[in-house]
Amino acid sequence: MNVTIIYAIVLLAALGLVLALILYVVAQKFKVEEDPRIDLVSDALPGANCGACGKAGCRAMAEAIVKDASLTGCPVCNEENIAKIAEILGRVAEKSEPRVAVVRCQGGTCNTTPLVKYEGYQSCAYATSVFPGEGGCPFGCLGLGDCTKACTFDAIHVNPQTGLPEVDPDKCTACGACAKACPRGVIEVRKKREKTGRVVVACVNKQKGAAAVKVCKVSCIGCGKCAQTCPKQAITVENNLAYINDDLCVSCQLCVRACPRNAITVLPKEKLRPAPAPKPAAAPEAPAAPAQA
Amino acid sequence: MANNNKWVISGAPHVHGPESVTKIMWGVVIALIPAFLVSFYFFGLRALLVTFVTVVSCLFFEVLINALFFKRPGTLRDGSAMITGLLLALNLPAGIPLWMAAVGALIAIGIGKWAYGGLGSNPFNPALVGRVFLLISFPVAMTTWTLPRPLFGGGFLADAVTGPTPLAIAKEGLKAGQSVGDVMSQLPAYSDLFFGNMAGSIGEISAIALLIGGIYMLCRKIITWHIPVAFLGSAFVFAGILWCCAPDKFMDPVFHLLTGGMMLGAIFMATDMVTSPMTCGGKLIFGCGCGVLTILIRTFGAYPEGVSFAILIMNAFVPLINRACKPERFALAK
Amino acid sequence: MKTFSIGGVHPHDQKLNTEAPAKVLPLPKQVCVMVSQHLGAPSQPIVAKGDKVKVGTVLTQNDAFLSAVVHSPVSGTVNKIADIPDASNYPKPAIFIDVEGDEWEESIDRSPEIKREITLDGPAIIQRVKEMGIVGMGGACFPTHVKLMPPKDAKAEFLLLNGVECEPYLTCDNRLMLDHAEEIMIGATALMKALNVSQTIIGIEANKPAAIKHMTEVAAGFAGIKVQPLKMKYPQGAEKQLIKALTGRAVPSGKLPINVGCVVDNVATCYAVYQAVQKNMPLVQRMVTVTGPEVPEPTNFWARFGTPVSEFIAAVGGLPENTGKVISGGPMMGKALCSDEASSVKGMSGILILPEKQAHRREVYPCIRCGKCVEACPMGLEPYLIASSAAVKDFGLTEKARVMDCIECGCCQFTCPSNRPLLDCLKIGKATVGKIIRARNAK
Repeated sequence: MNVTIIYAIVLLAALGLVLALILYVVAQKFKVEEDPRIDLVSDALPGANCGACGKAGCRAMAEAIVKDASLTGCPVCNEENIAKIAEILGRVAEKSEPRVAVVRCQGGTCNTTPLVKYEGYQSCAYATSVFPGEGGCPFGCLGLGDCTKACTFDAIHVNPQTGLPEVDPDKCTACGACAKACPRGVIEVRKKREKTGRVVVACVNKQKGAAAVKVCKVSCIGCGKCAQTCPKQAITVENNLAYINDDLCVSCQLCVRACPRNAITVLPKEKLRPAPAPKPAAAPEAPAAPAQA
Repeated sequence: MANNNKWVISGAPHVHGPESVTKIMWGVVIALIPAFLVSFYFFGLRALLVTFVTVVSCLFFEVLINALFFKRPGTLRDGSAMITGLLLALNLPAGIPLWMAAVGALIAIGIGKWAYGGLGSNPFNPALVGRVFLLISFPVAMTTWTLPRPLFGGGFLADAVTGPTPLAIAKEGLKAGQSVGDVMSQLPAYSDLFFGNMAGSIGEISAIALLIGGIYMLCRKIITWHIPVAFLGSAFVFAGILWCCAPDKFMDPVFHLLTGGMMLGAIFMATDMVTSPMTCGGKLIFGCGCGVLTILIRTFGAYPEGVSFAILIMNAFVPLINRACKPERFALAK
Repeated sequence: MKTFSIGGVHPHDQKLNTEAPAKVLPLPKQVCVMVSQHLGAPSQPIVAKGDKVKVGTVLTQNDAFLSAVVHSPVSGTVNKIADIPDASNYPKPAIFIDVEGDEWEESIDRSPEIKREITLDGPAIIQRVKEMGIVGMGGACFPTHVKLMPPKDAKAEFLLLNGVECEPYLTCDNRLMLDHAEEIMIGATALMKALNVSQTIIGIEANKPAAIKHMTEVAAGFAGIKVQPLKMKYPQGAEKQLIKALTGRAVPSGKLPINVGCVVDNVATCYAVYQAVQKNMPLVQRMVTVTGPEVPEPTNFWARFGTPVSEFIAAVGGLPENTGKVISGGPMMGKALCSDEASSVKGMSGILILPEKQAHRREVYPCIRCGKCVEACPMGLEPYLIASSAAVKDFGLTEKARVMDCIECGCCQFTCPSNRPLLDCLKIGKATVGKIIRARNAK
């Protein structure tokens, strides 16, 4: 009995020793010299492997960052991440403004009248090849949630009440996967503007006025009133559709009030300032409504 | 628009064929009726009781697992849980304690099916997973076979008598060094084997009843001929080769076809759509593998019966077979 | 009886009005002629608001090789050029013409007698086919003159005529073959002359015995034309399957029928070629089947292009109460319409009105890996594999599974017992893989 136990112990110990030796030798022989900073940068990255940077994963991105330049190559990184990476690499963090995905459609089930009923594969990419949309708008959101499926961060969901996707700005990392997944280009990644709110033309309909009015209650008809109102010339009207240049916009919200179709909105909604009193003296910089959501 | 209905928009095709999962499942149930009638005839009410327990527990566990892990009502309407229950019952001895049958159902539905993601995702035949689990865990109960007593021939309510299956007789006999001739003298006649007058699982005894079910499924296009024919054919040929080499050491091929779960396995278990290959070529390979493995296990293995193991082993090869056996492409080099 | 070898399904053929004679649809008050009615580069309108047009006046212009002009199907005044939804349900430019009388261009021969002798030579026939705006009328709308000009390295040996009409419900080709067999034969002879081939095979499915009999009798009077009855099987009217069934030849993946020496045309196209070559008549009308299980009197109409769908529906007594779906084309490959504003085009062979209870998709179950889609696929693909890989966006696997060979016939989805949206996913896969391949080739 005892002999058996001793044999077993000796045998296992010897076996372990020999195998450990082999492992050590092999590990030494096939060692790959690697920049130790790659591991550190890799840890500092968000680690979601979302693919938004266009690399195979976060590790590939880390290698790229260590090797060449831009610290903002990862669109998901927040300032904290970037500062950390800058520290590791001994570089100066470039300033980047936080960004967020914006859904540029208000049609849904609330502002359009469904004329037909779609059945079949629940994918916007397919549905768009079959018909313009239940409400008839050939440009607007289809509400079947390709963006939700594309989101790695659980930040965009179709609201069953409105039939429209809603972005959770706290979870959204502006990776742009939803914008890429949307077959109609409804989603755009824009500056977050947490203090002033994001002013966007929430419509992508390029039809002429009458046709755009027919399909949706809040469609842009390309009338150009917003462009005339804008003090910064940030708004252009092309193909019957207004577009606000994100770099020029100062969130003054004058266009929101000028739009006869309510197609321009402020996100989040609480940032919408009440219209100033009819007196022209009323300062446009009136304090914003309380930011509490 | 002339009426108030909203027109439906969908991609082509706008018509659908007559097939449906529900029809397939009920077709299998209908095909099983002859086998159940025979088992009722030979094993009496006990057979139906075991079946009732497995089916009800399968349905129960299906609902339970859906409620617990997926927070949704059960998926009973596709009928697959019921089929699993029926097939499991067919693979159990009539005298099995009922709680064991229920445990088998839990394993079949829980481990065999839902652990992999439910209908369509399971690599192994759930009913066989349940049966093999019981066979390994409770070998005594699973190999205590009720001897058949024709319903109108003997005491309907008398206590059941147990005895070995023909395969067990053959295995033990040959192992003890008896010649094939001696073994054969202890076995029922082939006609009895054909009609089901032998010890065995509830559903496996009667070759003729299973064949009728199989022909029905063939006509309804629920199964194709490939798997049963390849299964039985390869088993027959392989057993035949062994028998020709040493007729006094190995049982003859006809014996192998008529005994144990051969017919049940070839017609009902191996043809399970989810766990069998897609293409005709793949089905032939799958069937041949099952047949050869069955005879190998029966002749050289420790167990007297090998159909369940053979099918489960081949189930594991199905993804590989699917990769290897592609359908005949249009206009590609032949 | 011949048919193609791999796959195929047998939908109930539902030919509801094979006996009924064709009717001429009265001219509507206004037609909306789609500017582009062909596959290829889009055309530009060359008329403007207020222009007077006659039947046969050229309305559009297009300099591309792969294109076809559109002629005015009516006489009257151009009202406006505006967008209306076409069969794809998306707004596309259309020329609205207010109908005034029925005046034809003088060059068109409208006499009823059949002109048998073909005076034009080959190139002139092709030129005429191009000028008269003839496109494939089976549904693809491929410009016919392009098919008549094979590349230099290929030689046509057979002209194959598609009288299969394998789509359930549709009967317009059957009616045309019964009413105008001789014109079809003359059209075929003209096409043979243009292609310089000596053999024509007309494929007709066995569910049209009257057409087979009549066409065989008429074909006896024409050299080189043979009628071949075919076993009923969908999708026999698909080009590759028809070539396989009629000649036994298989068009390799990514190749055209001309690569195996075949040119395939629909019988309706052939009739249009006759009108163009012998009568100098542009393509301004076609036979359209208006049908459906609840339609009181399914009818084949001769109708000018641009006639709104609503006019067709009114002509068969209005929409049945319980209408759930209106389809342009047949039930296997047709397109569901969003509204009755759409107008008839060169490729619209039928309007199918399905009642509510047949309009819906069935409840989807998980794939049970039964392999019925593999069995049904006429291209020998594995639809379950392609569909699932496309659904999870593994387009590399989708491509490897040969998605580009898919002919989108719908057999897989038709036969699937789990009612899975196989073709929907296949189409996503095909579109995406197509883009990936084009991007790769562009590099």
